[in-house]
Amino acid sequence: MKVLVPVKRVIDYNVKVRVKADGSGVDLANVKMSMNPFDEIAVEAAIRLREAGTATEVVVVSIGVKQAQETLRTALAMGADRAILVEAASDVHQDIEPLAVAKILKGVVEAEQPGLVICGKQAIDNDMNATGQMLSALLGWSQATFASDLAIEGDAAIVTREVDGGMQTIRVTMPTIVTVDLRMNEPRYASLPNIMKAKKKPLEEKSAADFGVDVTPRLTVVKTSEPAGRKAGVKVGSVDELIVKLKDEAGVI
Amino acid sequence: MAVLLIAEVTGGTLGADSTAKALSAARALGDVTVLVAGTGVDGAAAEAASFEGVAKVLAADDAAYGNGLAEPLADLILSLAPSYSHILAPATSAAKNVMPRVAALLDVMVISEITAVVDADTFERPIYAGNAVQTVKSADATKVATVRTATFEATGKGGSAPVETIAATGDKGLSSWVEDKVAASDRPELTSARIVVSGGRGIGSEENFAMIEQLADKLGAAVGASRAAVDSGYAPNDWQVGQTGKVVAPQLYIAVGISGAIQHLAGMKDSKVIVAINKDEEAPIFQVADYGLVGDLFTLVPELTGKL
Repeated sequence: MKVLVPVKRVIDYNVKVRVKADGSGVDLANVKMSMNPFDEIAVEAAIRLREAGTATEVVVVSIGVKQAQETLRTALAMGADRAILVEAASDVHQDIEPLAVAKILKGVVEAEQPGLVICGKQAIDNDMNATGQMLSALLGWSQATFASDLAIEGDAAIVTREVDGGMQTIRVTMPTIVTVDLRMNEPRYASLPNIMKAKKKPLEEKSAADFGVDVTPRLTVVKTSEPAGRKAGVKVGSVDELIVKLKDEAGVI
Repeated sequence: MAVLLIAEVTGGTLGADSTAKALSAARALGDVTVLVAGTGVDGAAAEAASFEGVAKVLAADDAAYGNGLAEPLADLILSLAPSYSHILAPATSAAKNVMPRVAALLDVMVISEITAVVDADTFERPIYAGNAVQTVKSADATKVATVRTATFEATGKGGSAPVETIAATGDKGLSSWVEDKVAASDRPELTSARIVVSGGRGIGSEENFAMIEQLADKLGAAVGASRAAVDSGYAPNDWQVGQTGKVVAPQLYIAVGISGAIQHLAGMKDSKVIVAINKDEEAPIFQVADYGLVGDLFTLVPELTGKL
């Protein structure tokens, strides 16, 4: 079984996000970019399936700017077998919406015929939490979102999901789309020899037009602003003082 | 304009708080029809009909909707979609599962976790873990959105809308439910609790977390945790407050042994009053706290529990 893993190039998890003064967006020029952390978990899950003999090949795909090649090389260094770059934007500030991404991925799925697609549950830039579900809808496949555990049993996958109030286990027919949550696994670091090897692994380049997909956004960004700040309050000297403040000043207990 | 609001229903019971908050967002957009889908939903439909400003309740009672599986519920919503300009749902894990699927089937973009309704086409939503707020205008024929409930007031009771039973649209059998593991608890639900007490890495162990639970029980509060505490195994996953966990906005939020990583702040910074207890006076949590108490939490927390 072939496993397809879409990965997104996003601002690095540890970088402080700065809103541009003109309100046009978040400043991504000369900022460290990395693989979306949820996608790293998805890549790791796919590699583990191959290592266990359940999957035969792990193909990673990224949709966005040309620089997403670096993200794909990271996935290859982790252990993915082959990569596909779908160039859909020339400016790093242009985010391709989940609907357009899902349409392109549908084309990739039709060409590659994977038995399983594993995605991160959301990208940490636009926080949409939508691509996996949308791809599943467009393909008419089953979906298992927010997964913390995944087991393949013949023509079905048994997936444990993180839901409000606890965990839910469902059985989905294959082929299927699984979106992974934080606790699925801990992604490995790519070793130096594997980073060198990854440079020789195949990376195919395509464009959004190859899949006949119009990536014009449906949502126009009117403005991007700083969130309303909170002012730091006061330090209290003792538990007694805290209780007095909460009772008399704030009136919350 | 007509709005279809997908109510939160769990085990036949209405998620009244989240539904009432999302209703406030929906009422700003037009006449609201509430869809109550699940098994044994008569009571839930009647409760939904009692909220102010609801024009009609549609009740779909079928085993296919009993466990929140996305595929059959998306098909049901899709069958109703042509009558509505907007389809909204509170941003629960169930809605986040199904709404993007609905949007894709309608060939529209989903607008996730809106925090404000600007006009019929324009919404605010947080991006980058709440580090920026984006105002987006949708060009789509149908607006499909989830509502971040923490930023909306709950709509009150006092209405008496008619309840109409609608037929199920079938189940293609793509997925099936196996089991739920839901922790039974007498405590209030985390996202709707008036007071939340949360513990972080500073708590140090699963056993020590009992101290947080005792303080919470004294206050009638829900218990939360930072991602660091959950990842360390001190607290279960569904207690996690933060960008990738639950977003809460209680009257009082007490953060104990939590340093205040941006991801955590994104999940609680809309709380009315924030108290931080931490031994590190430089911890970022103090920059958002109304009241900060610097010191050893192992002394301060039992003292606080004892004196309340």
